Amino acid sequence: MVNTGTIIYEPGSSANNKTGSWRVFKPVLDQDKCVKCENCYIFCPEGCIQEKDGKFEIDYDYCKGCLICEKECPVKAIKTEREEK
Amino acid sequence: MSEVKVITGTSAAAEAAKLADVDVIAAYPITPQTTCVEKLADFVANGELDAEYIKVESEHSAMSASIAASATGARTFTATSSQGLALMHEVLFAAAGMRVPVVMMNANRALSAPINIWNDQQDSLSQRDTGWIQLYAEDNQEVLDLVIQAFKIAEDEKVLLPVMVNLDGFILTHTVEPVTLPKRETVLDFIGTYEPKHAYLDPKKPMTQGALGDPNYYMETRYAIETAMRNAEKVIADVHDAFAEKFNRAYGNGLIESYNLEKAENVIIAMGSICGTIKDMIDLKKKEGVEIGLLKIRCYRPLPVEMIKDALKNAKNVAILDKSISLGMNKGAIYADVASHLKDKKTVNYIVGLGGRDITSEDILGIYADVETSEDGKTNWVGLKEE
Repeated sequence: MVNTGTIIYEPGSSANNKTGSWRVFKPVLDQDKCVKCENCYIFCPEGCIQEKDGKFEIDYDYCKGCLICEKECPVKAIKTEREEK
Repeated sequence: MSEVKVITGTSAAAEAAKLADVDVIAAYPITPQTTCVEKLADFVANGELDAEYIKVESEHSAMSASIAASATGARTFTATSSQGLALMHEVLFAAAGMRVPVVMMNANRALSAPINIWNDQQDSLSQRDTGWIQLYAEDNQEVLDLVIQAFKIAEDEKVLLPVMVNLDGFILTHTVEPVTLPKRETVLDFIGTYEPKHAYLDPKKPMTQGALGDPNYYMETRYAIETAMRNAEKVIADVHDAFAEKFNRAYGNGLIESYNLEKAENVIIAMGSICGTIKDMIDLKKKEGVEIGLLKIRCYRPLPVEMIKDALKNAKNVAILDKSISLGMNKGAIYADVASHLKDKKTVNYIVGLGGRDITSEDILGIYADVETSEDGKTNWVGLKEE
């Protein structure tokens, strides 16, 4: 089951392991308030905010809920919700 | 042809690493190991040994660099002692868990405080649960032979664990003895080339080593090391036998060595250079018709419990000598590990030679006389100056 020396021979395994389950709080982006300044995209330490078709989207598969994006948003377009499982 | 050189224990270890044609040496000097890594630095500087010599700023880095080097598939050697080994402690677990076959010479030395550079075996015995195979030499020839065997043991696919070859500080590291150096080709023919199948550097086949192992995986990795340790028992014996056949030198069965055990009721269990003194005493007393037995532990991890039990089947009183102390239990590590398997014998623990205190022939005879009358399970500190 585990390789000798716990070696991972397939690259990119981190993409398969969804790490968003750790989240307690969830950032929610209000697209109407968003001015597309890219601050959330720049500051996200996990790289899970991406621009798509001119809009910014949060990838909840990997977002751990650190809420740095909420703190950095100059127009308060990101609000905090409690994660519900 | 092999040649005989009169050399120290550290030189013997360095010569063995050279004979094994190591690819990488990462080391930091520490008394009484220093002369080993100096010798290796000479070999590399002279062009006698084609290896990468990494000068590091501490033993923690020496072991980290050794693990990384071994993880690329290079045959790797390092050496340390005492405080240096203690500084490596954290990384020793990583070496075993990553299953890198690093070979390390350790000069057994006491630990501070007080600062003490002399011999006892507290340093390596304190590392007993790190997952390293631990072998102990009795003399300088055995140091050379053990380092050569260590590479073959470590690199065996059934084992793939790091191996620590221990020799008593100053008693072996700094005293000269005639040592037979085999030919390089013969040694390389014996060990073979290291062709790692699990851990190597290949840009075309990227791999992650030393990854996180969450609760779903960790326990199995620990069990895998334990399985490898059990496999190592046979591999160590096989490597020893193959070595004995090729080089004409044998040490018991490779894991333990019995000396005059058949007739003796009073038996001493010991490890390292002190076994030489005990063998001398056994020969001396034999002439007087007194039978003393010795069980030398050559391999402390994995501990060959069944072999020890079997070797001691005729013994009645067993003196277990420890050059270390598990404080708060008033027992040495060897006693703690071995005595519980010898329930039908009387076992007495003798704490000897801490911090380089001399162990004389008289001490050995005193222990022999004491073990017969002393009560079961007792601990005696030999030569302690009580006030």
